[in-house]
Amino acid sequence: MVNILVPVSTIWWREIIRFYRQRSRLFSAIAQPLVFWILIGSGLNASFQPSGFNKEIGYIEYFYPGIVVLVLLFTAIFATISVVNERREGFLQSVLVSPVSRGSIILGQALGGTTLALIQGLLLLCLAPLIGIKFSITSFIITIGVMTLLAFGLTNLGLIIAWRMDSTQGFHAIMNLILIPIWLLSGAFFPTTGTPIWLEWVMKLNPLTYGLAAFRTGIYRNTYQQIGNIPSLTHSISIIVVFCVLTYLAATLTATSKSI
Amino acid sequence: MSNHITVEDLTHMYDTRCALDHVNFSVERGEVFGFLGPNGSGKTTLFKILSTLITPTSGVINLFGHNIHTEQKSVRKLLGVVFQSPALDDKLTVYENLRHQGHLYGLRGRHLKHRINELLLQFELNDRTNDIVEELSGGLQRRVEIAKALLHSPQVLLLDEPSSGLDIGVRRQLSQYLTSLAENEGISILLTTHLMDEADECTRVLILDEGRLVAIGTPDDLKSQIGGNVVLVETKNCQSLSNKIEDELNVSTTVTDNFIHIESTRGNEFIKDIMVAFPDDIQSIRLSKPTLEDVFIKLTGNKFV
Repeated sequence: MVNILVPVSTIWWREIIRFYRQRSRLFSAIAQPLVFWILIGSGLNASFQPSGFNKEIGYIEYFYPGIVVLVLLFTAIFATISVVNERREGFLQSVLVSPVSRGSIILGQALGGTTLALIQGLLLLCLAPLIGIKFSITSFIITIGVMTLLAFGLTNLGLIIAWRMDSTQGFHAIMNLILIPIWLLSGAFFPTTGTPIWLEWVMKLNPLTYGLAAFRTGIYRNTYQQIGNIPSLTHSISIIVVFCVLTYLAATLTATSKSI
Repeated sequence: MSNHITVEDLTHMYDTRCALDHVNFSVERGEVFGFLGPNGSGKTTLFKILSTLITPTSGVINLFGHNIHTEQKSVRKLLGVVFQSPALDDKLTVYENLRHQGHLYGLRGRHLKHRINELLLQFELNDRTNDIVEELSGGLQRRVEIAKALLHSPQVLLLDEPSSGLDIGVRRQLSQYLTSLAENEGISILLTTHLMDEADECTRVLILDEGRLVAIGTPDDLKSQIGGNVVLVETKNCQSLSNKIEDELNVSTTVTDNFIHIESTRGNEFIKDIMVAFPDDIQSIRLSKPTLEDVFIKLTGNKFV
């Protein structure tokens, strides 16, 4: 067990210390979503009432969980994009010729990204009381749990892409083509309720939809507001767990098949 | 336990291009073994295969009794690898880089700390322990890289163009380090290079050209293939002059760019002969002891670039 724990934790620790020494990255991952939230949230607040939600939930509040998930997504991307260059030249090559298994390398990297995303997500969570969200201990624990799982899955997703890419430009292209649409169609931006049937199905097949649903059920757990037609907490969490396992296996497989 | 590294019938293809063509050799414990070749000769492919980064198309490699493909984990523990591109995390300190490496190889705690300090002392880095790597000079960084590769006490040290980007003084120091590692600790050192002076420091050299093994031996043995000294004639019309020299002076010549290479056992007199025979065609003429570059040119007929 120690054989796995020591390398995994050292890879995890490196991600954290690197991030700490380049703190400006912290700012960039959180600033853009915040600006989105303030501009789009305030802009749409007057015109849109999310369908299926309590009257008290305006668009700013509706958009909030989406922004937290966007911060998790951005941090996962920032944490994994360095893999592209490090794999072709530099640090990661020396990790690849060490006796550590590809599965352990991916686990260390994924846990590193998860921790960073969680730190950013927590910073954003501090804003929740400002828009009237009240946490109980249970709802807070559930929210943190959901965020951890989501961060882990999204970092794995980032790793799957990063290990395949030969350039960071390629990574950015995939980000715009796949990751952002996945986020847009997760219920982060608009609810499933009342959308055309095809779109409803796209959203139902999107794993991130369940992440958003679990997050919403988490934060409103002790207020029991009407929060639209979303899957139950158990249902959502089971799907996120499956998503985490599958993305982890896929990332490990990618790292094994494409090492340099 | 076998005392050799053996490479048998090694072939590697990139799609249809053959990067290594049926290469065979073996390396003894404690040797400093150089892979010498121009760009595109296949030496980097050879390095990547030996370091377990890529799997060759065919061939068998055995490292001290372990098959490099079927016993990858054991082989990786025996190998220390220094890459051409910097493999240090530049945001981490020297100590943090070494600790990270140690953890990857299962070292930890007091033992790891002791080993790190030992290496820092050996490589005269003990006053830079807590410096962030990006603040170090190129030469110092290369020293940290080698210390990092040696941390887990490997039996084999693999280096890809270890002196690239280093100035001549640092290069000489590096080659002294490597020689003493091989002599004092019995580590087999395998390095790729395109620099003749670096190859000259090796106990044996393998010359590669276009994926094929051209020659293998000690630098002196290889150079003794050349009869006597080398006369280098610089001229504007190489081909016609080399034909004339061959006809009139009854020697064989090799042409690269603007130079005609001629081996001669009676160098000084031979220069006089050429000067007398073709006074107008020659821009410059030089007599030198044979180098590994001359060996390469003689064996391949190509210029070493």
